[in-house]
Amino acid sequence: MKMEKKLVIPGDFLSDDVKLADEGTYVEDGKVFSSVFGIVSINKLIRVVSLSGKYIPKRDDIVIGIVTEVSFSNWIVDIRSPYDGLLHISEFPRRIDNVDMSKYLKVGDSIMTLVSDVDETMKVELTLNDQRLRQITDGRVIEVTPSKVPRLIGKNGSMIGMLKNETACNIYIAQNGRVWLTGKDKNIDLAIRTIQKIENESHISGLTERIVKFLKQEKGIPAKKQVKKKEEDNSGGILDELLDK
Amino acid sequence: MAKPEKLIENGIRLDGRRPDELRPIKIKVGVLNRADGSCYFEFGLNKVIAAVYGPREVHPRHMQKSNSAVVRYKYNMASFSVEDRKRPGPDRRSIEVSKVSREALEPVIFQEYFPRSAIDIFVEVLQADAGTRTAGINAASLALADAGIPMKSLVSACAVGKVDDTLVLDLNKDEDNYGQADMPVAMTPDGKITLLQMDGHLSGDEFKEGLEMAKKGCLEIAQLQRAALLEKYATRMDGESNE
Repeated sequence: MKMEKKLVIPGDFLSDDVKLADEGTYVEDGKVFSSVFGIVSINKLIRVVSLSGKYIPKRDDIVIGIVTEVSFSNWIVDIRSPYDGLLHISEFPRRIDNVDMSKYLKVGDSIMTLVSDVDETMKVELTLNDQRLRQITDGRVIEVTPSKVPRLIGKNGSMIGMLKNETACNIYIAQNGRVWLTGKDKNIDLAIRTIQKIENESHISGLTERIVKFLKQEKGIPAKKQVKKKEEDNSGGILDELLDK
Repeated sequence: MAKPEKLIENGIRLDGRRPDELRPIKIKVGVLNRADGSCYFEFGLNKVIAAVYGPREVHPRHMQKSNSAVVRYKYNMASFSVEDRKRPGPDRRSIEVSKVSREALEPVIFQEYFPRSAIDIFVEVLQADAGTRTAGINAASLALADAGIPMKSLVSACAVGKVDDTLVLDLNKDEDNYGQADMPVAMTPDGKITLLQMDGHLSGDEFKEGLEMAKKGCLEIAQLQRAALLEKYATRMDGESNE
């Protein structure tokens, strides 16, 4: 996917060939224009990857949700989008009774879940009936801009694979921009710092090399700097940073 | 200020501008951390800040539309934005400005992409000097782009008016107060007009000429808007490399 990185704003002319129009574009008078503020990528089709924006649920997406309400036969789940997700009791891996719903998943619990269906009125149905899906009980969940998820995963998972190796963490990236990390606390801190760097610099080319360099620097830091880092960690830097965001 | 004898002298206006010259503009995109998109806009002595939230859930529920997003625009003047303290809160004028500004932006937003949701735009006027609605529209259109909301194009706005029987671009406060006409215009860069109001009197020919002036002004603003958006990511690049 070799491409030049070019920033465009809504209304910028992209092409005369209507057939090339993909995500982030619109067609008017037989011409293709950008519909969002973002980066153009030309890979057979022309698409514009937005630099910000909310997550819009799509069928078959894996998302990380937080239970906000338990109703008669549904868990209502915040999936970080304008639309709530509905997890029906029958979509839970085991047969459970209505009255016992809160025993299995209560308000505030996080789950790794799958969007099983989205209809035209944006009613979002979720399921837990899949090998990959489960409740999240340990580790940490952070949030990144949903449109940057593909960049974070990298081509064929190259970026995330590298990150997992280098930080010795288990990392799951959900399509709604929530990232679940498990591992040793210090390693998670490093992984989070790296992810934030990726998010901030995803629009500048040569990202992978810079991240490799950054990780090397962070891990093989000279003794003096390491002490400084420790102090930062003790002051709960990561938590503060997250709260600031 | 009492009415000056002449608002234009030897083709130069009170603040030293030529009749077809805009006031200096300063734009900064992404100034608010908690908003999905934001923009600070200075238009001469006008200072406005715009914040965009959404698409998000609609409250109250009955406002939601099942097949598209609702756009809500709230224009508000701070009590300290004018010389005599303005009574805070919505009044007849700000409700009108909110409505026309919303209608100036709605045609470019792809509302049908987000059924049952709301896109909220808040515009706060921190300092006013005639032309706050146009400044607000300029800022809001950038904040929308910053929030990643799909749009057909940006919207730019500026006013034309008539003072001392001469058509002038982008009236300032004295020209607005003592001039003969004021006509705010908002349009897309390809010339589709989304807002046109007029206060005072213009002849048919003056109207046509004024509209052309406004078009030129809007194009000039569109250039600055583009530069401001691109700059947000240019500065971020520098900031990161300094670490």
